[in-house]
Amino acid sequence: MAALINVPAKAKRGDVIEIRTLTSHIMETGFRHTADGALVPRDIITSFTCRYNGTEVFRADLFPAIAANPYLSFFTVAKESGKLEFEWIGDNGYSSTASASITVE
Amino acid sequence: MPTTRRQFLSIAGGATVAGTIPIVTLRPLEATPATLSTAIRNVVGEAQIRTGKVKLDIPPLVENGNTVPMTVSVASPMTANDYVKSIHVFNEKNPQPNIGNFYLNPSSGRAQVSTRIRLADTQKVVAIARLSDDTFWQVGADIVVTLAACTEEMN
Repeated sequence: MAALINVPAKAKRGDVIEIRTLTSHIMETGFRHTADGALVPRDIITSFTCRYNGTEVFRADLFPAIAANPYLSFFTVAKESGKLEFEWIGDNGYSSTASASITVE
Repeated sequence: MPTTRRQFLSIAGGATVAGTIPIVTLRPLEATPATLSTAIRNVVGEAQIRTGKVKLDIPPLVENGNTVPMTVSVASPMTANDYVKSIHVFNEKNPQPNIGNFYLNPSSGRAQVSTRIRLADTQKVVAIARLSDDTFWQVGADIVVTLAACTEEMN
């Protein structure tokens, strides 16, 4: 459930800021077998969304080809002070959220 | 190269006579297996894919396919009239051809996404960007993988 979020605490209005996120998840592909031949069921995060004061600014569909503990980095324009909310949704009802605040001058 | 119907028929006819089955497809990049083409067509539809604008930063040689850093960037001003709608990344030889779909908008400011991916074999990775005018641009990269991911046994 743990997530690491890297968002600049302060930014000038109009700046393009980088947002980096890392969450802990096994991202089991569903293609691996145990030593006795049983298929290990898939357990991945399938969707990631970032909302900036309620507006979606970035979304991603993830597949088994994304490495364990998914890392995502993307950009957005600093428009106003407020909150960035992050949401990860996955198999077996997995859901995790995180947030970060930013001050825009 | 545009092919006229007449040229196509003469080539196809010749190939059939020679005992081979003519395969004529709109190939996004040369020598891509069928699953990759299908996955790309599912996203792109019938639209033409042009080469350029997209940049794929990925190491050419990786020792461990379980976590390969990758950055896709697209040359775009990211204004309200001209921006990148989405970036789609595909692979050639993993059990599944998709890697990720990333959806952007004008407020992204910069069309660049980084993540870490898995590669099951030495193969080609293709990144396709959809721009706001619904044109598609692609780039491919060949990666040599020494330790494969995805399908190994669990300990």
